[in-house]
Amino acid sequence: MRTTVSVRHEDLRHRNQINMRIDHKYIIEMIELNSRVLDLGCGNGELLSLVMKHKNCRAAGIEIDEKAIYKCVERGVSVSHGDIDSGLADYSDKRFDYVILNESLQEVLNPEKVIAEALRVGKKAIVGIPNFCNLNARLQIFFLGRVPVTKGLPYKWYNTPNLRFLSIKDFRNFCAERSITIERECAIANQKEIPFGHNLFSDIALFLIHK
Amino acid sequence: MRDAQFVETQYFTFAHPPHELILKSGVKLGPVTLAYETYGQLNADKTNAILIFHALTGDAHAAGCHKDAKDPGWWDPMIGPGKAFDTDKYFIICANILGGCKGSTGPSSINPMTGKPYGLNFPVITIEDMVISQKYLIDHLGIKKLLAASGGSMGGLMALEWSVRFPDTLQSAILIATNYKHTAQQIALHEVARQAIMSDPHWNKGDYYGRELPAQGMSVSRMIGHITYMSERSMEEKFGRKLQGKEKVGYDFSHDFEVENYLKYRGKSFVQRFDANSYLYLSKALDYFDLSEDTDLVGAFKDVKTKFLIITFTSDWLYPSYQSKDIVKAMKANDVDVSFIEINTSYGHDSFLVEIDGQSKLVSDFLKCVKGPIANNCECPA
Repeated sequence: MRTTVSVRHEDLRHRNQINMRIDHKYIIEMIELNSRVLDLGCGNGELLSLVMKHKNCRAAGIEIDEKAIYKCVERGVSVSHGDIDSGLADYSDKRFDYVILNESLQEVLNPEKVIAEALRVGKKAIVGIPNFCNLNARLQIFFLGRVPVTKGLPYKWYNTPNLRFLSIKDFRNFCAERSITIERECAIANQKEIPFGHNLFSDIALFLIHK
Repeated sequence: MRDAQFVETQYFTFAHPPHELILKSGVKLGPVTLAYETYGQLNADKTNAILIFHALTGDAHAAGCHKDAKDPGWWDPMIGPGKAFDTDKYFIICANILGGCKGSTGPSSINPMTGKPYGLNFPVITIEDMVISQKYLIDHLGIKKLLAASGGSMGGLMALEWSVRFPDTLQSAILIATNYKHTAQQIALHEVARQAIMSDPHWNKGDYYGRELPAQGMSVSRMIGHITYMSERSMEEKFGRKLQGKEKVGYDFSHDFEVENYLKYRGKSFVQRFDANSYLYLSKALDYFDLSEDTDLVGAFKDVKTKFLIITFTSDWLYPSYQSKDIVKAMKANDVDVSFIEINTSYGHDSFLVEIDGQSKLVSDFLKCVKGPIANNCECPA
């Protein structure tokens, strides 16, 4: 399930930034110094180790993939082996300054509950989602009549780990309906933050939210 | 190769009357001897010490070879130069537990009051007593703070107890295939093993020293133990329905199947190497232990400062993962720094002795990132 992810991760790496992934760069910018951070679906711990290094944060992760746990321990990232849907109940209210859900929200069974839980245990949450409705995807649907395969969504229908498909607008509406404030919205296309046309042009978007 | 060098068991005796060890039960015990071995060098400021706790029937001989001995210590694949517990970097200590029969004071030791083995006159001991006795050893070695404590099964339980009892003396702990209290099923399995021993007429209410041993009872108790240490799958893979030394089943009650023969062999060899009374005392100590007896589990970790790595195995049905997950949950509620992994393997509870590759990587990486006095040597990239 994770093997295809690396292709996309390579794509997201910003070569000029000592090989740091562009989404990681913007997430790190959103986090204040000396914070407490929980990463849900932390993968191999790359982002958390950078957060610890650059922002002097106390960090913890939850990850379901056994092989990724070894990498986390190697990086000195404290990690719990388990799934996101059930892993949040362990923490008390507002335990963390930030709860990160980067590229993981679309893979959870109950995103609504996970966001609510993330905003319970965290003062703020950082959510990174692939944009299912950018121009490229729209054109593929319209002209090819096929389920789109894009930079943000590199999978075929039969091998995608994604359970949920949403756009930037969908996520904004989701937040508005629940009185969740979006503090910052960072839309990324071609390795850069784009100033406008988020829903039409971005591959992925990052949201800093709080309730 | 240091492996080629021989290791020796050493002995430390303390709690001489009138300064006996006061046990959890209130009974006094002394003098107390602990057999222990060390591997590697203690550094000048005594900050690289790691205490290894053995499991129920283990001993102080965790690594290396004794002179004239064929087999290395029980965790030799994990302890040595360049191994997970790297003796080029760390000073490793392993002591035979109080109540054991491998050189430390236990029911088979001579009672100084009578000049005869204690037998059932040996006081009932607890996991807490075992941990406290090893604190004396660590003090004796001049170590104020352990870099780590680790063990599998009963050993993990002792490392956990240490972190709660002596929170200022332990930087990190690696708990493997362990729990924090025995469930009814775990107690029940131990009770069957104990009854097997106690119903052997040669057990003679624990007074069998110098006479015929309760070999049959011990053998049966070990057979039960071995079944619980394996998983259904590992037994199936190892034995299946293979027959032992015959082409077809005998339709009598001789041994037909390889698995029968294996259990019989394990049972027999146990009689040679272990003391029946020690088995009774130690298994009872495990059953008595409950970290949440005075408070709930969350409360138990209130003062804990240790950084933890907790490892479980998917096929371990004796100490199933959910028990360790309960520990992780209670630790998180206390803001304790904990990492948890459930390793996918078919070896059952025995995995901590045989699933070496995964554990080695986790342990060596984890130890490199333990913050504290050796932080200057920390190779941790973060």
